[in-house]
Amino acid sequence: MTQNRDQGTLGDLVLKVRSKNAGPFWVTIDIFCDRPEVFARVRNTLSSATVAQLYQVPEQLLKRFDIDDLRVIKFSLPRPVIQGSAADRDMHGAQYAALLEEYPLT
Amino acid sequence: MPTRVLVPSGVLGLGFDRKALARGVAMRPDIICIDGGSTDSGPFSLGAGVSKYSRAATKSEWRTLMQARAQAGVPLVIGTAGTCGTDSTVDWMYEITVELARELGQSLKIARLYSSQPVARVADALADGRIDPLTPAPEIELDRLGNIVALAGAEHIQAALATGADIVIAGRTTDTATIAALPLSRGDAAGGAWHGAKIAECGALCSTNPTSGVIMVDFDQTGFTVEPMAETAACTPHSVSAHMLYENSDPFRLYEPGGYLDVTAARYSALDDRRVRVEGSSWVPGPYTVKLEGARIAGYQTTILAILRNQHYVANAQAWIDRLTAFLLAEIETRMGLTTADYQLEFRLIGASGALGSLENRTGDPVELGVLGIITARSQAEAGEIGKLINPFVLHYPLTDDEELPTFAFPYSPATTDRGALYEFALNHVMHLDDPMTAFRIELTEIGAEVPA
Repeated sequence: MTQNRDQGTLGDLVLKVRSKNAGPFWVTIDIFCDRPEVFARVRNTLSSATVAQLYQVPEQLLKRFDIDDLRVIKFSLPRPVIQGSAADRDMHGAQYAALLEEYPLT
Repeated sequence: MPTRVLVPSGVLGLGFDRKALARGVAMRPDIICIDGGSTDSGPFSLGAGVSKYSRAATKSEWRTLMQARAQAGVPLVIGTAGTCGTDSTVDWMYEITVELARELGQSLKIARLYSSQPVARVADALADGRIDPLTPAPEIELDRLGNIVALAGAEHIQAALATGADIVIAGRTTDTATIAALPLSRGDAAGGAWHGAKIAECGALCSTNPTSGVIMVDFDQTGFTVEPMAETAACTPHSVSAHMLYENSDPFRLYEPGGYLDVTAARYSALDDRRVRVEGSSWVPGPYTVKLEGARIAGYQTTILAILRNQHYVANAQAWIDRLTAFLLAEIETRMGLTTADYQLEFRLIGASGALGSLENRTGDPVELGVLGIITARSQAEAGEIGKLINPFVLHYPLTDDEELPTFAFPYSPATTDRGALYEFALNHVMHLDDPMTAFRIELTEIGAEVPA
């Protein structure tokens, strides 16, 4: 809306970013863009390489869906650590979203 | 034949709107289906073979559903009973059902569908080349596998319903199988049956008021119509289609035993301001495989929690942890003869990187920091012993040699907590079956005053 907001984070721009387990071995992240112009902007500026780097997974394992009808961009990736393993810190995978939410979208 | 399926909520134990349920029952459904679990809370339930939900919550909600079933005069089906759907949780759910039947004075035919898999069956299938890994799949270590379940499909629920059961208590099933089973057996569109089942499996999560729970789906030869039962809720084309995103790695394709659902061509349209019609989804038949879930013990844990409030220690927390850890590893080796090949010791900084660990990319200026120490060892006794050994140092260890001994805040006495076994998921595979029923079994019981036990 304001210039300041547009220069902010992805979370400032979109309606919602959420993440959740998709089974014990995958996590899926949905970016709800709400408005078509926001969807277009996120689709054009947020690269899969950026997301792979944020979650430290090889880019070729990342699945990306740009869903026009819903104005949603969805990423699915193998969990950085398997759900419930000794190294897991987030059983439901719902806090992974914070990394994308806070990503500065320029 | 059109089939009306009432779904009281996304899972038994989470609650639902009772008025909405009554409204659903009054609309004369053909069946009532509810899910009883998932892997979403982690491997403990499957590993231990116990429900994560309390018996009291389960029993009180199941009582309401058993009354609704009696009133509607149609079958009541629960899938993945007791969170993980092992044979032990099916029997737990059966006991609750028998207790309630006595309390409510109901005579019932109850079918139990068992999904647990003996290791030997998996070993045989592996040797025969009938197990395929999914991505990513852990290495199968047969001698370490504990509880294993196979996810039953619509065929298994249909077989249980064919016994004439009033109530079906199913072990592990796919999230959708209980809902899709009856529409499929009555010849409704297969694409619509699976798609509608997926939309309804989380109850009112596909509506504008997720906590209201209750959803009705009408299946027919060309698709399905979904409607929330709470008057405060509405289904919109957006709320319904967006549900395909939820906990799904691929929002267009959903694998089930015997094929997959493809919703690429699905069309969602509003019938009015609260009902949505969906057509165009397709079912693509494939080999008959069932997904396997398994758990194994990865050690035993003891934890310790300390809170740093002193700003000198808050500012230097990671350096303190690094120095403390090096000291403790040496102490544990000297005093117990154990090396890190035998156990793991990890400290996590809550308030700095507790949730994201090495992925965390922000720093802040916290008022205080929690230090969570996690010990994973080969036995509970060993983990507990390491916990006791490190306890005084976690309390008092200084940042440098030339400063006074600090004392941090411990919220508990004793400072350590034994957590028991650490389970981990050990399978992400599918098993090919020649006949869907070979890996599952059904037991039928009649209970009631006039039928001897």
